[in-house]
Amino acid sequence: MRQVAIYGKGGIGKSTTTQNLNAGLAEMGKHIMIVGCDPKADSTRLILGGLAQQTVLDTLREAGEDIDLDNVMKLGYGNIKCVESGGPEPGVGCAGRGIITSIGLLEQLGAYTDDLDYVFYDVLGDVVCGGFAMPIREGKAQEIYIVCSGEMMALYAANNISKGIMKYAKTGGVRLGGLICNSRNVAGEAELVAAVAKELGTQMIHFVPRSRDVQQAEINKKTVIDWNPACEQADVYRELAKKIDENDMFVIPKPLSQDRLESILMDYGLMEA
Amino acid sequence: MLDATPKERVTREALRINSCKTCQPVGALYAALGVHNCMPYSHGSQGCVAYHRTVLTRHYKEPVMAVSSSFSEGASVFGGKSNLTTGTKNVFDIYNPDIIAVHTTCLSEVIGDDLKAFIRDMEIPEGKLVVHCHTPSFKGSHVNGYAAMMAGFISYLSEKTEKPNGKLAVFPAWSEPSDLRLLKHYMDLMGISYTLFPDQSGVVDAPMTDHFESFPKGGTTIDEIRGLGDCTHVLGLGEWTVPEPCNALSKKCGVKSDIIPYPIGIANTDHLLMKLTELTGKEVPYAIEEERGQLIDLILDQHIWTSQKTCAIFGDPDFVLGVTSLVLEMGMIPKFVLTGTPGHAFPKMCQALFEQYGVEDQCQAFEFDDLFTLHQLVKNEPVDVLIGTNYGKQIARAEKIPFVRAGWPVLDRYGHYLWPNIGYRGAMRFVERISGAIMDHVDQTCSDEDFDVVM
Repeated sequence: MRQVAIYGKGGIGKSTTTQNLNAGLAEMGKHIMIVGCDPKADSTRLILGGLAQQTVLDTLREAGEDIDLDNVMKLGYGNIKCVESGGPEPGVGCAGRGIITSIGLLEQLGAYTDDLDYVFYDVLGDVVCGGFAMPIREGKAQEIYIVCSGEMMALYAANNISKGIMKYAKTGGVRLGGLICNSRNVAGEAELVAAVAKELGTQMIHFVPRSRDVQQAEINKKTVIDWNPACEQADVYRELAKKIDENDMFVIPKPLSQDRLESILMDYGLMEA
Repeated sequence: MLDATPKERVTREALRINSCKTCQPVGALYAALGVHNCMPYSHGSQGCVAYHRTVLTRHYKEPVMAVSSSFSEGASVFGGKSNLTTGTKNVFDIYNPDIIAVHTTCLSEVIGDDLKAFIRDMEIPEGKLVVHCHTPSFKGSHVNGYAAMMAGFISYLSEKTEKPNGKLAVFPAWSEPSDLRLLKHYMDLMGISYTLFPDQSGVVDAPMTDHFESFPKGGTTIDEIRGLGDCTHVLGLGEWTVPEPCNALSKKCGVKSDIIPYPIGIANTDHLLMKLTELTGKEVPYAIEEERGQLIDLILDQHIWTSQKTCAIFGDPDFVLGVTSLVLEMGMIPKFVLTGTPGHAFPKMCQALFEQYGVEDQCQAFEFDDLFTLHQLVKNEPVDVLIGTNYGKQIARAEKIPFVRAGWPVLDRYGHYLWPNIGYRGAMRFVERISGAIMDHVDQTCSDEDFDVVM
C-alpha cells in the first residue's frame, strides 16, 4: 500500500488535481482510498458526483464514538473509497485536532485494508500545526507531492512545505516525490518550476496545462476522465497517474533560502530586479 | 447536602453532574507506578499532574511521584518538544529512574505533539528508557488511560526472542495492590511461573521503613516487560479494560491471549482458577478450595439478610461487572448498575449477567452516565444498599441508604488498599461488608423490641 499526501498553497488545485489523478489511477485498475484532510470537506466532490459526504467529525459529533466505517466511507468513481475528515466551522474549534482524531478513528475502524494500492491524503494548505502534519508522521504517508504553479507565492509555499517534510524525513520515512505544476499560464512556467524542483533535489513530475475541460468537468461534478474520457486533458491526467505509479525518485528535500528562491524567480524573469 | 436533587428525570446530553470518572492520565500514571524504578511523566502543564498525584495520594495514603513538562504559553504555541527533552534530562539527572513513562494531556493532544518523534530525537542516557502513550482526557476515562499506558510499555519494550521463557503473562485491569498480592499468592500456591504486569503492590502500599525511597521495591521490572514477548500466553483479567494491551502484545510479538471477567465473585474466581489450570496444567491446591468453601458457607449463613435485597453499584466497568456478578450470586438484585466510562459494551455485558440470573426485568445498566442520574434513580426506586466509590456518600446520606465503599477512588477511609476485592478472600470481605451495612441499618432504625444481640 502506497500512502501519498498532497500538499500545496491554498487554492492551487490540490483537490482537483488529486481527484483527477486518482481517476487516472482507478482507470488503471488501482484500489484507492482518498482521505480529505480539509475542514471544508471538498476533497471528494468530483469522485462522488457532488454528493455531500457525511464527514468523520460530523458523524462523531452526532453519533458518538460508536461509528461504523460505512457511515463515513462512500464509494465513488472507479470504486474509489472516499472519506472526508471534516472539521469545525471557520473561526472556531481546532481543525488540526480534527485531523488527528479522524485519522486515529479510521485506523481503529480498520479502514486501511490490505487490498488498497493507494491511500491519498488531500491536506489543506501549508503544514500549519501538528494536526496538519499527522498524515506525514511515521506509519502514514511515505511520499508527498506538492502541487504548485509558476507563481511566486505557490513556490514560496512549496519551499515551506519542503521544510516540514525535511523535519519529518529525518525521523520518519517520509520523502518528497516531486512537484506537480498545475499551470496558471505564466510565462516560462515549466522551466521555472523544473528549476526550483531541481534545487530542492526533486523533480517536476508533471506539467498540467491549464484547460477549460477541468472547469467544465468540475461544474458537472465529475473528474475530467469521468466527464469526457476522450478529451486531451483526460490524457494529461492519465499520464500524471502513470508517472506517479512508476515514480521511483523519492528524496529528502533541500529547502532553498529566501534569497536563492528569489534569485531563481528573477532568472526566469518573473520579478523585477 | 444533595437534598435538592429533583425526582423528575429530564434528558441531558451535554451535561454531566457529579461525574463517575476522571482523566485518562490518572490511569496512565497508575499503570506506570506498577513498573519498577519508573517515573511517571505528564506531558502538559503542571495543574494536570498536580491533580492526578493528589487523587492517587489520597486514595493510597502514600506520596505518589510524578513529574510534568510544565507547559507555558510558549510551549502551547511552539509545541512541547523542548519541554520534553529538557524535562526528561532533568528527571534522569535528579531522580535517576531506569525508565520514564510519558503520558500526554489534553493540551499536548490538541497541539498534536508527535511524542514518538520527540522521543526518538532526544538523547537518552545509556541504559535508560523513555516510553509514551496518548491520553487525551476528552476521550474515555482513567480506565482507558491505564490500558493505553500498558500498551505503550509493551509497544516500546516487549520483544520476541528465539527463547520462550515458559512464563504466563497476566494483565489485570486496574487493581488495588492487595488484589495483586492475592493474585500472586494464588499463582504461587499453584506453582505457576508468571509475569504480572503492571504490579503496583510494594509501590503504593509500601511499608514504613527508616528511610524514604523514591522508588520502592515493587513493580514489574523492565526485563519482565521485555520478556512478555517470550511468554507462552497472556491471561487478561477484565474484559472491558485489557483488550488494548493484549492486542498490543499480540501485534508486536504474536503472543495469544485469553481475556476473562475481572475475578470478583465466585464464578469469576472459579473462571480465573480454571483458566490458570488450563493454561499452565497446574492444579488448584486445597488451600484455595478451602477458601471457596468458607466463602460459600458465609454466603449461606448470612443469606437471610442479603437474599432478594436490592442494590445500586457504580464505578469502573470491570470492577462493577465483578461486583454485580457477586451480588447476584448472593441472591441480591442489582437494580442499577452504572459507570461513567463511555462504551456501549458495558450495558450489554451487564444485561447478559442480568439474564443469566433472570432479573433482567428488574435491573438496568448505564454507561457514560453520572451520579446525579444514579441519585435520581434511587430517589424514585429506593435500594437497600449502595456500593461504589466515596462519591456515593452524599447520595447515601441524602437517601439514608446503607453504603459500602468499593472501587477507585476511596479517599475518605484508610486501609482499604490492604484488603482484597478479588478472589474468594475478596468476596468474603464484600459479603461481610454488604451484610454488615444492611444489618447496621436495621440496628439503627428498628424498634427497641426488635433490637437484638443475636441476628
